[in-house]
Amino acid sequence: MVFPFRRGTRRALLHPTGSSWGDLLFRAGSGAAGFAILALLALLAVVLAINALPSFRAFGFGFLGSTAWNPVRDEFGALPFIYGTLITSAIALLLGVPVSLGIAIFVAELSPGSIRVPLTYVIELLAAVPSVVYGLWGLFVLVPLITTYVSPALQGALGFLPIFQGQIYDRNLFTAGVILAIMIIPTVSAVSRDALLAVPQHQREAALSLGATRWESIRIAVLSYARSGIFGAVMLGFGRAFGETMAVTMVIGNRNAISASWFAPAQTLSSIIANSAREGAAGSLELGAIVELGLVLMLVAFLINVFARFMVWRFLGKREGGLE
Amino acid sequence: MIRFGRDVRRRLKDRVMAVLALACVALALIPLGSIVYTVVVRGASVVNPEFFTQIQPIPCSPGANLTCTQGGIGNAIVGTFLLLGLSSAIAIPLGLLAGIYLAEYGKGPLVFAVRFFADVMTGLPSIVMGLFIFATFQLAFPGFVFSAIAGALALAVIIIPFVARTSEEALRLVPGSIREAALALGVPKYRVTVRVVLSSAREGIVTGALLAMARVGGETAPLLLTAGGNSFYSVRLDQPIAAMSLVIYNFATTPYANWNALAWGAALLLVVIMLGLSIAARFLLRHRFHEQRIRG
Repeated sequence: MVFPFRRGTRRALLHPTGSSWGDLLFRAGSGAAGFAILALLALLAVVLAINALPSFRAFGFGFLGSTAWNPVRDEFGALPFIYGTLITSAIALLLGVPVSLGIAIFVAELSPGSIRVPLTYVIELLAAVPSVVYGLWGLFVLVPLITTYVSPALQGALGFLPIFQGQIYDRNLFTAGVILAIMIIPTVSAVSRDALLAVPQHQREAALSLGATRWESIRIAVLSYARSGIFGAVMLGFGRAFGETMAVTMVIGNRNAISASWFAPAQTLSSIIANSAREGAAGSLELGAIVELGLVLMLVAFLINVFARFMVWRFLGKREGGLE
Repeated sequence: MIRFGRDVRRRLKDRVMAVLALACVALALIPLGSIVYTVVVRGASVVNPEFFTQIQPIPCSPGANLTCTQGGIGNAIVGTFLLLGLSSAIAIPLGLLAGIYLAEYGKGPLVFAVRFFADVMTGLPSIVMGLFIFATFQLAFPGFVFSAIAGALALAVIIIPFVARTSEEALRLVPGSIREAALALGVPKYRVTVRVVLSSAREGIVTGALLAMARVGGETAPLLLTAGGNSFYSVRLDQPIAAMSLVIYNFATTPYANWNALAWGAALLLVVIMLGLSIAARFLLRHRFHEQRIRG
């Protein structure tokens, strides 16, 4: 059969794409890399579980409810760290989310187009500052500021609440929460800004045409429309605050205790790992307990992120919802 | 009269809310300004040739009759760049390949799972990744738990899913018509991907890689459990290695004035490098969008 095309074209037509060896190899190679990510995640869980096994055998689920941490007597429990993590994250969300929402509303709804982009860049610079630099700044700038001015003022005004009672330590839960609040602002404000920008224009126009003021149209037509996206943004912020390590470790005081007062030193899941993992000998119960704390941290962070990504993806559609 | 009053209240509320939103922006800029100011002012005082070449000095305790020397973080600068280079060399090819898979062969529930869990992994705490490599080495290579290679692997695990997603996004921006044109000429699909699609998406991929490096260059927690830190110059992969972020942590939490000063200097250098990477990435991205706008 005479084939009236040039050689390359003929080869291409005779061997349609997908059937050549090069294609097969390339497809297999890139596919392997893709699934390596899933494998890595699975391996992560398995390796941590294996290392945590001695501790799980010794303490079972009681580990989560115990307040002991005594390497000499081999008694370990996770409760003070879970408590510290939850309280600092809660303070971070309490202070950080309203500010982030305000930023998102300003950038998406109120600011003139010309300052929107530069403002976004500047807020994102907060995310480019390494965690340990936040810790350094927190230690030398924020801690003195809060200890001298903010904490006494809070104690004076709201001292009837147990969380603001007792001695004011310079490194404490509250300061750690404030640093975390600053650190989650870029994430929460960026994702909720995207959610607000994804609200169709006719939502706003409908509210305005009924005589709503700009704030009323934002509240009724924009915020409520975007609430699942905003909720996803808040969850992403929670995930970030939950696992943040260095800044917290440097300002929280690192004491394994549960105190009602926010002015008392404490410890989080990540800070105890950063502080103690190096001390646990291989195979020891202490190392097992520390890795089990890491496993708890990972599982909860995993669930928070799965939930948050799901919310954000569903709201923004698969294309844009991907990265912070 | 009553209706008039309500309208005024509504208008007032509108104004107050706008001012509050603006106040939130200002509130977020205060810590940023304070961080930049203190890092620059306190860090700049130690930045001199000694800072870049020397290793850590003898700690200078207040009241002790010792001559205080400034010292430097030369070993930590070398360490940070070695760790960054090594982890990028491991993670960027792998992440890019995974990104190609997601963008070019991306259909079906398994691909969806890879994409979704890659996103979830970028949100996992970095200390978990450090603990993962730490625990792996405790099981498999107990002698090398604290080593440069362990540190590089921990950073690589953090980078891989991020690079995969950013390069996927970059590849997806390449118009389908370009792929179709090349395929219509009879070029096999893998060559279309490598020669046509990858080269069109070059800037986007480089941007993703730079952002990934900016993301892990300042990582401390995973390095604490893997690289381990080193007071001396070292480039050996099987030995503990210093890093700027570790210097900041270790020196900030001591009472010694000259060590604290070095922590601020290291913070200044680290922030300048990280911001440089971010700005370079932004510049590339804007350049590309600009081109697209002209073409479109």
